[in-house]
Amino acid sequence: MSATLTAPPIQELAPNIVIRVKDGALNIGKYALLVVGIALLGACFIASMGGDPAHKTRIAFSYLTAYMGTLGICLCALFFVMVQHITRAGWSVGVRRFAENLAGALPLMALLFIPIYLSIDQLYEHWTHPHEGDEVLLGKHGWLNKGAFSVRAVLYFTIWLSLTFIFRRWSLKQDDSGDPALSLRMSRVAAPGILLFALSITFASFDWIMSLDPHWFSTIFGVCYFSGSYMAFFAFTILLTKWITGKGYMRESINTEHYHDLGKLLFTFMVFWTYTNFSQYMLISYANLPEETSFFAKRLDGGWGAVGTMLIFGHFLFPFAFLMSRHIKRNGYALGFGAVFLLVLHWIDMQFLIMPNAMAAHGADAGGADGAAAVSGQFGAQLSTWLHGMQWTDAACYLGMLCLVGSVTLINMCRHNLIPTRDPRLSEALNFQNL
Amino acid sequence: MTTYWGVVAEFDSAAAIYKAAEQTTQKGYSRVDSHTPFPVHGIDKALGHGPSHLGWLVVCCGATGIFLAQLMMWWMNAVDYPMWVAGKEPYWWPSTIPVTFELMVLLSAFGAVFGMFGINKLPRLHHPIFSHSTIERATDDRFFLSIEASDAKFDRTETKKFLESIGGKHVELVED
Repeated sequence: MSATLTAPPIQELAPNIVIRVKDGALNIGKYALLVVGIALLGACFIASMGGDPAHKTRIAFSYLTAYMGTLGICLCALFFVMVQHITRAGWSVGVRRFAENLAGALPLMALLFIPIYLSIDQLYEHWTHPHEGDEVLLGKHGWLNKGAFSVRAVLYFTIWLSLTFIFRRWSLKQDDSGDPALSLRMSRVAAPGILLFALSITFASFDWIMSLDPHWFSTIFGVCYFSGSYMAFFAFTILLTKWITGKGYMRESINTEHYHDLGKLLFTFMVFWTYTNFSQYMLISYANLPEETSFFAKRLDGGWGAVGTMLIFGHFLFPFAFLMSRHIKRNGYALGFGAVFLLVLHWIDMQFLIMPNAMAAHGADAGGADGAAAVSGQFGAQLSTWLHGMQWTDAACYLGMLCLVGSVTLINMCRHNLIPTRDPRLSEALNFQNL
Repeated sequence: MTTYWGVVAEFDSAAAIYKAAEQTTQKGYSRVDSHTPFPVHGIDKALGHGPSHLGWLVVCCGATGIFLAQLMMWWMNAVDYPMWVAGKEPYWWPSTIPVTFELMVLLSAFGAVFGMFGINKLPRLHHPIFSHSTIERATDDRFFLSIEASDAKFDRTETKKFLESIGGKHVELVED
């Protein structure tokens, strides 16, 4: 219905609105983030140059952890855009343009995938160099081989980059033409787009995380990865838009009311992460089959038990209590703290998924007597084992990649209108109020 | 002597009743309400209504649900008839999560629905406001503002005159 209406001019809706970033206004943020990002990733790269192969592999794992954490944020920005179109959401028109710009960092993520591809022999050693007579991996060889892995990686990025390209291009085109038919067309493309997104993010998480431990399998794994990533997307969005609105931009399109809703969604997907991860844990522990429990047996060893406990408290119980109240979600500092906190926890979650594989011996299954011994260990002792196993490159890669993505988002923002000026639902977004 | 429930005025549009609500609360009336065919955004603020207390009731019901579920499963599994299943202890907390969650949601929903009924004193067969001559249009195309007689500032003639002065039509005193 609304697609038959042309939007009124933006000056009528909000006379004092600023729709373009002044030349050079956000330069400090843009370039500082770029420099910090390149410096941190560069330092990790230099650190991986020398040293023994084990050290190199360890840094590759730091990189993979950071990469999957950041990739999820960019991918879910694309998902957010499609969800707004398919639901024809009015409140989020201003946030949607930001998400389009964040999804615009996906070409960068495609570039940053190259080091992972080059480290395929180290990271995915279990299936790239399977043991002689490993029947399970022999059976999975049709799927888990370098050729198929490469083809699928190209396919995933083709899907993600084309969807991003389509949604950004049409949205920007509407800024010029004001054609409401574009909104209708985008909502139609969003439906198959979401389907493609769901399949591609699921299989990408299978390929890039789950295949680190190729004997193990979980059908809900893709959903677990998605739920944490979508939460991290909201945390990242809240943080970066807070900074930009603090600079005086987008204040009409992302105000307290919109932050309140972003906070609700942050809360929702934090809980959804708990829901999916508990579902996975529950089924595995109930069935108690050795080929499935190996995942958790490995994660009770080497200090990871403490990390699991930390995730229950930090990724669920504390933020659940903290973000529950509307007063918290409507308070800039409190919501900002929640967002930073959950971005850190998202990184720890990625570590929990990926890192135990870096420390396990080649081909060996953790668990058994070792696993049982570790369960009885004290929380403090486990925590210190985990902290000792960490490296500066773990934090540097994650921080560096977040900075790069933030910088590219800001660069994208400065090149175009900050809000979809002629979106037919813009007035709804500007006048949005929570009941 | 007849007792009055309050005075009710009719307005033509959402914008008109929003403005009227603001003027009424500015004048110092506090027991004010609106009756509109659809939700008017921001009207609760204009009417001076504070946040609903229903949330606290729902939290208490949810917490009761958690407590009862845990008590039930702990007593049945660990005390009354302890049983070891699949190598798990009789009371193994992860296995209690689904039932605890369900009971929390169930009691929260009960709290929300029946709490809302209770706070609104529902169900009831009649309300004094129904004796206003055009009130049935509140479900169609008119917007009504009511000021209750229990308001400290309420005065039969003054309040009526005030509502007329801010553009109300069919301003009528409604009997209790």
